[in-house]
Amino acid sequence: MIEVKNLSKNFGEKVVLKDFSFRFEQGKPNLIIGESGTGKSVLLKCMVGLLELDAGEVLYNGQDFLRMNFTEKKLVRREIGMLFQGGALFDSMTVEENVVFPLSFFTDKTEEEKRERANNCLQRVNLENVNKLYPSEISGGMKKRVAIARAISMEPKYLFCDEPNSGLDPKTSILIDELINDLTHELNITTVVITHDMNSVLEIGDNIAFLYKGEKCWEGNKQEILHTENKRLNDFVYATKFLKNFREKLI
Amino acid sequence: MNIFYHIGRYFILLSRVFSKPEKAVIYRSRFFEEVNSLGIGSLGIIAIISVFMGAVITIQAAFGFESPWIPLYAVGLATRDSIVLEFSPAIVSLILAGKVGSSIAGEIGTMRVTEQIDAMEIMGVNSAAYLILPKILGFMFILPFLIIFSMFLAMIGGLVFGVLTDAVTPHQFLYGIQYDFRPYNVFYALVKVVVFAFIITSVASYHGYYTKGGALEVGRSSTKAVVYSSVVLLFFDLLLTQLLLA
Repeated sequence: MIEVKNLSKNFGEKVVLKDFSFRFEQGKPNLIIGESGTGKSVLLKCMVGLLELDAGEVLYNGQDFLRMNFTEKKLVRREIGMLFQGGALFDSMTVEENVVFPLSFFTDKTEEEKRERANNCLQRVNLENVNKLYPSEISGGMKKRVAIARAISMEPKYLFCDEPNSGLDPKTSILIDELINDLTHELNITTVVITHDMNSVLEIGDNIAFLYKGEKCWEGNKQEILHTENKRLNDFVYATKFLKNFREKLI
Repeated sequence: MNIFYHIGRYFILLSRVFSKPEKAVIYRSRFFEEVNSLGIGSLGIIAIISVFMGAVITIQAAFGFESPWIPLYAVGLATRDSIVLEFSPAIVSLILAGKVGSSIAGEIGTMRVTEQIDAMEIMGVNSAAYLILPKILGFMFILPFLIIFSMFLAMIGGLVFGVLTDAVTPHQFLYGIQYDFRPYNVFYALVKVVVFAFIITSVASYHGYYTKGGALEVGRSSTKAVVYSSVVLLFFDLLLTQLLLA
């Protein structure tokens, strides 16, 4: 479980996150939703320590990440898997080398064992016969799946996904959502997903926080989100005419 | 104040680069990859430049020494000293600052803007050490060999073109390049080269590592890497010459 308490982050004069608090539950996909530019990715980067906070706490199983020393932070980071918006695959390495990379650094497995683990992870994300290809030779959806395979190769306790569906077609998006959902339940990990894709919200949103201009405006789950009276959230959820009509029928 | 900010950040980066590696075996293979990519990959350009520059230096020396009072073997002597003392260590290093420096800054800068460096950091990998240390050590190791190769080719170029243009006879040229040979000059050149290799790779890596933005900024980082590493290299050329030769 991860708990964020009163997190604030400014860039100069600009307030990006203001007093954000939320509990990210274990064994559930936890979604941070909101319009573009509301501070979702900044929140994620603050949580994993890529950006420094101005105020607040990020607790991993009760331990404050920010108060940890360098070695303790490194140990926590080895329990984190992260899927970046663009995949962030190492383009000088093949798919297999990408998945093997963290194993080479932090395990004493033999080459054979590492390859076997990489194959298992790639099979788990429904990828076969791509081991020897380079990231530039595979599609966007495949890149995301390789990135997920790399993220789970070290059996993480925490999985962070920054807009996993961006740039993907609806069918591939659903595949990625299902994959994240299945892995979260199967491995009983704490998953944090940043998204503004409503399909994802309705598909896997077991625990949702809505960000508006850097502040948490609402929290709930995928059932509650459809019936909320929160105007800002409704403007976001029912953004299209089609969905507005759907809401009118729903009411 | 800006310059002090960059100098401070450069040394903080170096402290991360030279911290204890996570797994030595990974760094060993990365070292040989960099020796191959930065060093062996530069052989072609070094060969072409060295042969032609050696030829030009010989012809210019012959042109300048057109006097009955100066023996013709002085052409070989002047060519040798120009090549060993300055041309091969400094000018070839400056050219490599352009080739290698821009390549390093472009590679690391692209990794930064595509979040590949962030991905390494999240995994708990010391990205600065993993990416930069093998480049610095690899180039410091291979550059002295490249410069010796450059010296040899430049003298061959001088001999061939000197003879073809009737500027000097083979015997006089070969006598000249052996006349009053001081091994210390080669030692001086190689000390400079090791320092230059460190400057080129570390300054270029610094600019790549702290790239922010997108493709445009990666291009700017590459340009800055070449400009700053060349300026620092020239400064150290002067400093080392004063320290080692004066």
